[in-house]
Amino acid sequence: MSVTDTTSGTAADQGARPPAPRRSPRPARRFWGTVAFHTGAGLLSLLWLVPIAVVLITATRSFDDVASHGLGSLPHSFTLGGFRQAWVDGGQQQALINSLLVSIPTVLLSLLLASMAAFALSRYDMPFRRALLLLMLSGNLLPPQILLIPVDKLSEKLGIYDSLYALIGVQVGFGVGFYVFVLHGFMRAIPPEIQQAAVIDGAGPWQIYTRVIMPLARPALAALTALAFTWIFNDLLWAITVLRSEDKMPITASLLGLQGQYVSQWNVIAAGSVIAAAPTVAVFLRFQRHFVAGLNLGAVK
Amino acid sequence: MAVLTAAGRRAAEGAGRGGRTTRGGGKRATRVPPVVLAFVLLPLLAEGFFVFWPALQGFYLSLTKWDGISAPQFIGLGNYREMIHDTVFHTAMLDTVLWLALFGGLSALLGLGAALLLQQERRGVGFYRAALFLPVVFSLTATALVWQAMYQPDGLINKTMSGLGLGSLTHPWLADQDTALYAVIVPALWRQVGYVMVLYLAGLKGIDPALYEAAKVDGATRWQQFRHITLPQLRSVNAVVLSVIIIDSLRSFDVVWALTRGGPYHSSELLSTYMYSAAFQSLRLGYGSALAVVIFVLAFGVIASYLIRAFKEAD
Repeated sequence: MSVTDTTSGTAADQGARPPAPRRSPRPARRFWGTVAFHTGAGLLSLLWLVPIAVVLITATRSFDDVASHGLGSLPHSFTLGGFRQAWVDGGQQQALINSLLVSIPTVLLSLLLASMAAFALSRYDMPFRRALLLLMLSGNLLPPQILLIPVDKLSEKLGIYDSLYALIGVQVGFGVGFYVFVLHGFMRAIPPEIQQAAVIDGAGPWQIYTRVIMPLARPALAALTALAFTWIFNDLLWAITVLRSEDKMPITASLLGLQGQYVSQWNVIAAGSVIAAAPTVAVFLRFQRHFVAGLNLGAVK
Repeated sequence: MAVLTAAGRRAAEGAGRGGRTTRGGGKRATRVPPVVLAFVLLPLLAEGFFVFWPALQGFYLSLTKWDGISAPQFIGLGNYREMIHDTVFHTAMLDTVLWLALFGGLSALLGLGAALLLQQERRGVGFYRAALFLPVVFSLTATALVWQAMYQPDGLINKTMSGLGLGSLTHPWLADQDTALYAVIVPALWRQVGYVMVLYLAGLKGIDPALYEAAKVDGATRWQQFRHITLPQLRSVNAVVLSVIIIDSLRSFDVVWALTRGGPYHSSELLSTYMYSAAFQSLRLGYGSALAVVIFVLAFGVIASYLIRAFKEAD
């Protein structure tokens, strides 16, 4: 990209005026351009990273240090006591387990169901194909507020109120429409000849789905897995709507509990925030490419 | 492309039927195997059960008075009539509009700005992009707590301001009615800008470089290139960003809930937080449902236009 830019720039300049007198200022100009770029982008990044740095530092300070020197001062201590307090006394260990118990099955189940629907809608001439696709997508676009009260009551009636099953169920139902839409777009682009060959070899729909289309859809599935995991892991609203007991809350809700329980013990609260953010940051760093691809795959979103 | 795939598939099915020589080989009898039908029905049922059926109930409940214990009592448009005189509702509505304009407008502008700055493939650009993008993966709750620490009276923001000689401007940012809403928007923006930037980066990458080369040959300035090439070429990304922003704004809940619970004195109340507290704290489930319907109505235009766009794309 930058290569094409510079070459085209010189080509245009050469056409306009003789190149010789412009030789010397050019590298200098490029140098200052680079300096300006790194200054601007560096300051911007710094602005974005400062709050993260503050939390990381606060999490490793002792309570006495924060209390006597203030939150905004440089650290005078180093301890992991805040993490221990958040993890053990603050119940973050259980909360993190709950979050994973919800997120992992939800992601797997949503993507299984969504890939099935997307396969059927993209590879067969279903009646009302487009209408079904949009109906499913529209469910995901609804503001969740309209569902909160009825879902709350529904889970009570089903006897799954205040259980992780309720949370998994509603997360699957609410998310599946979007995943269907994205996967449909991806599967639709798989050349028909591949499926054709499988049909000639006598493969049924189930085999085509498991052996042909799913392996080919892996990039999209990987991207959606990374994306869906962070969405579900980070959810707060559904959790505090269908759950009541402290010991069932996922990490986001338990963070609010920590906030209430350890008022002004900023080292504990900061440590809790770090624990709550760590899993999604790990997913992001490990699957960065998939993650960004996922955001753009769902570009209609 | 769309036409090609459709034609190709029909040919494929023709071949499949020919190969198996099962039923008579009617020209257009696109028979869908029952398994495939089940593939669609199963997810549809899950969504119907947890989304569509509850949504319909939600609309009905907005016409009732209900405490969640005794049976809902039908009161027609009573809840909506009550909103007209409910000052908290007025504040929440106004704050939601402000939120849309500020959170939405600024995240689009800053996201586009960041994308324009970081689109060049220079050394180190990956680091800058990652820095701006990192907050996107944090939960809004964690984001809120991070910023709550920043906003404390002895936190970094006030400390920096005193250090710069602006001590008179230091503030209990979240506790002051005049600043609470803006103080909550900042963390939300901090987390959203990276997301919008990624969308715009992809859009910018899709612009044919030949357009810029042609413009340069014609002697167009940087601004003219931006105005007459970049902006028009980004039209479809803009539409995407706009719908993402509006849908996200109306859904915004976590960050406000974690920082202020809508206070002090409802000064940072959004429709979403007011709906939640009306329903689950005041146990006015009918009124809460009506507030949810208002949110739905505000989002409806965007949802509809989004679906129309998706409809066209789905060939």
